[in-house]
Amino acid sequence: MAELAQTETKALQEPAHHELLITGDPSFEQVTDSVSRIVEGKTPKAWWVLFGISSSATLLLLVAIAYLFWEGIGIWGLNVPVAWGLAIVNLVFWIGIGHAGTLISAVLFLLRQRWRTSINRFAEAMTIFAVICALIFPAIHVGRIWVVYYIFPIPNQMSIWPNFRSPLLWDVFAFGTYFTVSLLFWYVGLIPDLATLRERTTNRIKKIVFGVLSLGWHGGNKQWKHYEMAYLILAAIATPLVLSVHSIVSMDFAVSLLPGWHTTIFPPYFVAGAIFSGFAMVMTLAILTRATLGLKDIFNMRVLERMNLIMLVTGSMVGYAYAMEFFIAWYSGNEYEMFAFVNRAFGPYAWAYWIMISCNVIVPQFFWSKRLRTNIAFMFIASILINIGMWFERFVIVVTLSRDYLPSAWGYYTPTFWDIAILIGSFGLFFSLFLLFLRFLPMAAMSEVKGVLPQADPHYAGNIQAHSQAVS
Amino acid sequence: MMKLVKKIDRVILAEFGSPKELLKAAEKMRQEGYKEFDCHSPFHIHGMDAAMGLKRSPLGYIVFAFATMGLLGALGLQYWTSAVDYPLVISGKPFFSGPAFVPVVFALTILTAAITAVVGMIVINRLPRLRHPLFSSDRFGKFSDGSFFISVESSDKKYNDAHTAGFLKTIGGQNIEILKDE
Repeated sequence: MAELAQTETKALQEPAHHELLITGDPSFEQVTDSVSRIVEGKTPKAWWVLFGISSSATLLLLVAIAYLFWEGIGIWGLNVPVAWGLAIVNLVFWIGIGHAGTLISAVLFLLRQRWRTSINRFAEAMTIFAVICALIFPAIHVGRIWVVYYIFPIPNQMSIWPNFRSPLLWDVFAFGTYFTVSLLFWYVGLIPDLATLRERTTNRIKKIVFGVLSLGWHGGNKQWKHYEMAYLILAAIATPLVLSVHSIVSMDFAVSLLPGWHTTIFPPYFVAGAIFSGFAMVMTLAILTRATLGLKDIFNMRVLERMNLIMLVTGSMVGYAYAMEFFIAWYSGNEYEMFAFVNRAFGPYAWAYWIMISCNVIVPQFFWSKRLRTNIAFMFIASILINIGMWFERFVIVVTLSRDYLPSAWGYYTPTFWDIAILIGSFGLFFSLFLLFLRFLPMAAMSEVKGVLPQADPHYAGNIQAHSQAVS
Repeated sequence: MMKLVKKIDRVILAEFGSPKELLKAAEKMRQEGYKEFDCHSPFHIHGMDAAMGLKRSPLGYIVFAFATMGLLGALGLQYWTSAVDYPLVISGKPFFSGPAFVPVVFALTILTAAITAVVGMIVINRLPRLRHPLFSSDRFGKFSDGSFFISVESSDKKYNDAHTAGFLKTIGGQNIEILKDE
């Protein structure tokens, strides 16, 4: 008890910014070394095994897409009333995953949550790859792929323009912007670290590649001044994207007039779900990377625990949204609306609904326990369950349309082999890109991590030489 | 008119031990009247802009101007295509459907702002510049690792090989080198 009181007073005395964000008290050089080593060292065997598996799955994706283009949308299990099927389920799933990366890189930056520096590079990369996976689905689902450029406002042979009143067109702009902004944000963050790799490498080709990519960065404060401003502006304009992109996605559903879809709760509910699933994916990847590549001081328990807390908050918001949907369906007094929800929970897709509830509502509640939210094995399993649950959330929303107004049209939507092949293939593409990223680019933002070390503060009282000597 | 590629003949480079020393040295450089000098560090050091006497980056105003153009452009695009060039009645909505046009206006405004911020940063910093006298130093590469440097360009009015090197030494600089553009 006395010990506890002592630590508490100590915590109160220490200003918040003196809290150690990176454990193990590394020197600047140790940070550079621990991150760059992964890029510079030999490719581990495990990497080849994982890359072999994921690139094979990517090949399956390419085959499935080629067959789709050859044969047409009929190879999927689609039929009215379930006209969108897995293509939209996967789109929403992947684009949702991306949101955690943007939240970490932009929102937490503006809120001065400096613990984000450990995971932001990693999470931003995840965002970009998830958005690439997401964009495949609407593109290949257009049917006549050879006229896919009709979605852009460019003059075409019909001299007609896209319909700007359609949420599906809003998606084109929302996703295009989201992808571009994420990529720019990521690249700007990479510039100083690419310069580090340029200075370290002895390989001439790598020197040229990193040299060109780092634009001749020399870390002068005259460069940093504009750089920091650009970073701040990017963070400020990416912040509304965290809310807007998934809101616009939800409008694909909410703007329609279908029972179960036409609800005002969709935008906030989708945004919370997106952040929830995205953090779960960051967690899964962070634990795997941490276990295989080290970096335990950068991806430390404090960071992991905070991510679990964010999952607890957003998971509770999602649970609240599920309950509120039901309540409003009952309160509306509209029998079609009521039927849609009763059908979700107790109809032919009840199994999917209860998977969703268990994974998304019950699992995150365990994070109230400090013991469980600091337990690596538990959080790893929880993060995977949450991702499964969030995939099923979109599945439930989309396929329970199989019972609409007209009982004669009722059916049971089942995905075909090709539906599943594209889903698996999208995971393959995601992991292939992620593995390439881990192998060829610095996976943690070295310059930012160094900036939050205590000795980076110009008012640091300790002896910096002690840190330098520790290296040599 | 700002020259696109500034010619740099000579640079004096001095190394400092810590962010604290670099910050103090930067203040002394400014007080001594140097302008064409820069402080190189692996990360942005808090308070360095003030120590060096640098003004706030103008990037924010540039981004604001371009973002406004993006906003008006997006609005104009939708107005012209939907209400002027090929008006179509869709679900009985007006040709210029204000609220329905908001998401695209929003997205394109953000897009122009982001592109301007990045391109603007690169242009203001006069990047890419792959060749620089600094890169001929063997020690300088550690600027992105854990070392701290001050460089003074020969274009500075107060610049003088011997005198500047001597001054850098008095304010704590070590390993002083004179670098030339070969």
